[in-house]
Amino acid sequence: MKPAAFDYHAPLTPEAALALLATHGEDGKVLAGGQSLVPTMAFRLARPAVLIDINRIEALNFCRPEGEVLRVGALTRHARFETPVVTGPLGLLLADVVRNIAHTPIRSRGTMCGSLAHADPASEWCCTALTLGATLVAASTAGERLITAGDWFQSIFTTALQPNELLTEVRLPMLGSGWRCGFSEFNRRAGDFALAMAVVALQVEGGVIREARIGLGGVGATPILAAEAAALLVGQSPGEVVWSEAAERAATCFEPTEDINATPEYRRDLVRAVVKRALRKAVAT
Amino acid sequence: MGGIGASVRRLEDPPLLRGTGCFAADVNLPGQLHMRVVRAGLAHGRILSIDTLAAAAIPGVVAIWTGADVASLPPIGFRQMGLTALEPYRQPILAQGVVRYVGEPVALVFAEDPYVAEDAEELVLVDIEELPVIIRATDPIGDFDAAHGTEPTIIRKEYGDVGAAFAAATHVVELDLIVGRHTGVPLETRGALAEFDDATGMLRMHGASKVPHANRLAIARMLDLPSERLHLHEGHVGGGFGIRGELYPEDVLVCLAAMRLGRPIKWIEDRREHLMAANHSRDQRHHIRAAVDAKGFVLGVEDTFFVDQGAYVRTHASTVPDLAAGMLPGPYVFPAYAAAAHVRLTNKTPAGTYRAPGRFEGSFVRERLMDAIADRLGMDPVAVRRINLIPSSAMPFDRGIDALGTPLVYDSADYALLLDKFLRHLGYDALQARLAARRAAGEHVGAGLAFFVEKSGLGPFDDVRLELYEDGRVELITGVASVGQGVDTSLAQITADQLGLSYEQVTVTHGQTDRIARGMGAFATRVTVMTGGAIVLAAAKLRQRLLAKAAELLQQPMDSLQLRDGVAGPTTPGPAIALPALITACLAEDGTDRLTAEATFESGHMTYPYGIHLAVARVDAETGGVSLERFAVAYDIGRAVNPLLVEGQIQGGAAQGIGGALLEEFNYTDDGQPLSTSFADYLMPSCAEMPPVDILLTEDAPSRIGTLGVKGAGEGGTTAAGAAIAAAVDAALGRRVPITQLPITPARLRAAIAGR
Repeated sequence: MKPAAFDYHAPLTPEAALALLATHGEDGKVLAGGQSLVPTMAFRLARPAVLIDINRIEALNFCRPEGEVLRVGALTRHARFETPVVTGPLGLLLADVVRNIAHTPIRSRGTMCGSLAHADPASEWCCTALTLGATLVAASTAGERLITAGDWFQSIFTTALQPNELLTEVRLPMLGSGWRCGFSEFNRRAGDFALAMAVVALQVEGGVIREARIGLGGVGATPILAAEAAALLVGQSPGEVVWSEAAERAATCFEPTEDINATPEYRRDLVRAVVKRALRKAVAT
Repeated sequence: MGGIGASVRRLEDPPLLRGTGCFAADVNLPGQLHMRVVRAGLAHGRILSIDTLAAAAIPGVVAIWTGADVASLPPIGFRQMGLTALEPYRQPILAQGVVRYVGEPVALVFAEDPYVAEDAEELVLVDIEELPVIIRATDPIGDFDAAHGTEPTIIRKEYGDVGAAFAAATHVVELDLIVGRHTGVPLETRGALAEFDDATGMLRMHGASKVPHANRLAIARMLDLPSERLHLHEGHVGGGFGIRGELYPEDVLVCLAAMRLGRPIKWIEDRREHLMAANHSRDQRHHIRAAVDAKGFVLGVEDTFFVDQGAYVRTHASTVPDLAAGMLPGPYVFPAYAAAAHVRLTNKTPAGTYRAPGRFEGSFVRERLMDAIADRLGMDPVAVRRINLIPSSAMPFDRGIDALGTPLVYDSADYALLLDKFLRHLGYDALQARLAARRAAGEHVGAGLAFFVEKSGLGPFDDVRLELYEDGRVELITGVASVGQGVDTSLAQITADQLGLSYEQVTVTHGQTDRIARGMGAFATRVTVMTGGAIVLAAAKLRQRLLAKAAELLQQPMDSLQLRDGVAGPTTPGPAIALPALITACLAEDGTDRLTAEATFESGHMTYPYGIHLAVARVDAETGGVSLERFAVAYDIGRAVNPLLVEGQIQGGAAQGIGGALLEEFNYTDDGQPLSTSFADYLMPSCAEMPPVDILLTEDAPSRIGTLGVKGAGEGGTTAAGAAIAAAVDAALGRRVPITQLPITPARLRAAIAGR
């Protein structure tokens, strides 16, 4: 469990990092918190020839609301979200979600953008970004591209990011008043990869759901939007009966992964449970 | 201060807390080479070729060995419970033409640094022709080799007339039960550093633990070396649990390489290796039947079980099946009993002992049976246990069978008394009423209780030497070992108690084969009983000497004097003499710098502590998740040397028992690939999964071995955890979904709840 040899660079500016990525392309790998990359290298499942450590680039360490979005820079650690970073439903949702990501020492190093770039199917941030309709900023020496979360997640550990690009920030929509969010996941132990998770966002006006989003994670190669399930909620009043209907639909809207922890049937059971629980939490907050 | 019964702080903690401990990986020697083991990637196959050319070409690689380089060495032998029938199944130190599990050592790389060694390991190309794989102990018997099948032996334990019991039964209750494959996973992985001094011909190995003296003899025999030319040294040890410290191929290989290559050889196991190379344990499938009368009294029990030994029989030989079969009856009368343990070789990591070996499995099986009997007869689970308990008036109770090569005679116990005390301590009736009310309100909560009998104090002997210095400091030298369990503190307390000193004046030296000629080591919850017994004998010699001198100096009859608080004096107020002055007087007489006393304590019997576990479980019926709201352990230890350390042992043991009940499991694919080779897949409980452990320690049944009355504390936190948690989950689900398999994973439980 010793990594294979690699060259190491620690640029101080985004421009220097992008220049290194332009030079090394496929051979280069960006190191932020190292939450997944470091153990993967220790197992020699990843063996990048060049490691580009962005931890000294202060310009990427930001987290601030700007207009309609929350802008989160590439060096913002998970732990930053443990207390709400903005007032309103978004800050509360992120604070709820982050407590499910690994453990305190990992949360103090790992980053939101690192999780989005790694695209583990069981990543809480990936599920959250997709559900909320985040925008990701991919920079290279040629300039910036804005990529929607829907286009970002392509497959397991695979995103729209090109080898010469750096994910410099993610923009999460500031949810206005009337939005309520909930999160629920099931795992074997606190901090483990979830076997299933759900993020829900509801816009409720006058006791009626006007808009609804349900995202699922840990159940397929990428996070999934359970659009049909969410559509069942629109125009309804919040309550157990509609929650069950939506959960039932969510449980059958995807092709579940099979692994040693869960059969497809069991994953559908879990989705039923976490969707219901996330919906209950959303209206309880 | 700090004598027997005092909950004093541990002597061994300051260096551990300050980060100045010295574990195997902390030892370094100039010029050392790093050994890396190339391991089999297939579960069963014939080695066609091993190509080392590319690996050998890497700068920094000094040597590469394959099986051919060590073909003249014998396989690893048995330390205990060896049977002739098992000998063909011993493990060679490097595979000799055939590999039998993923992780089996196939070749070795020796390099200047561990990174280079790992680079080279990847380039050693092993070509293996696949052979059929056996993955379950209950699979049809196959061929181990041309001459031997995969079932070397069936171990039987029987007494009474089982046939008559079943003929007379009102009810016959049968169960099929499975205990999964899990093991002790110490924080410190294995490691060893060997050095050979050409000038003196001395070989030394650092990183020994558990049984240094036994391993010294075994390595010397394998290397054909006079044993006085080899010494083993134990440093700090980060946990043992039965698995660490046994003799493994790597220990022998570092010693051999240090001699052949003329440089110190260091090997530190990584976690991935550890999870597929160090001993696994448990992994048993039982079919048990009970003959029961109309009142719930068990007339006889018959148990047939299959033990998945893995790919080889290692140092423990028949220990686990022997203990499982011998101790399965536990605290109950069971007038007739017959067990048959089928030892089966498979293509998985070889298995050995792990904390409460055989008893964790046997207690699960027996206590599930008692719950099933209660269900069948519509009785309360506590009531059915109560009427089957061996009464205290029957002690000592001779089962008429053996366990671990000693006659199975429960020396002292009052099971019913402990049950009464525990139920009162728990507020059991009120607890059950609260749980019933919550169930009525729709919650899935329940309590389960399970009895167990442990064993402790395995002989045949322990030696100690006490060396008393002029200033009243004493060094205790023993052939046992510390795996982190508090040996230094508890043995210092016994020594202090016997000599009227403070325990802080006692230094305990263990695990050093050059300090004492022989030693049994630390396993089978034996140390406090056996070494404690030897300390009593050695201290009596010193006391005799000191009090005789004090009698002379104080002009008092010797039998009116005692040693207490560092002073020799009368038991009633009167003139006294401080210990240093007394020692100085003795030393002047002897012309030495220390007073020395040696003693051997021998025992052909074990002593049998016992206890009860209670779990309160809440089941999430939608996900199959189980959380423990409460966990309690009642334990009769005979006499506690240090109640704080006993509670620590029980607490840690409970965590491992809970892990085995709910989380830990080595999974394999059908072709024998291990799926649990990191902590992301092999799930151990963390503090978030652990409920507080409520411990009721009693001293109602002192041991009849030695004079201290102590029984061991090492394993009782683990033993019945699986059984109690299974019962609690049963109760939480209104006894609709009987739990027959450990661990109780959410996927399996959800499938059972859904009737799939």
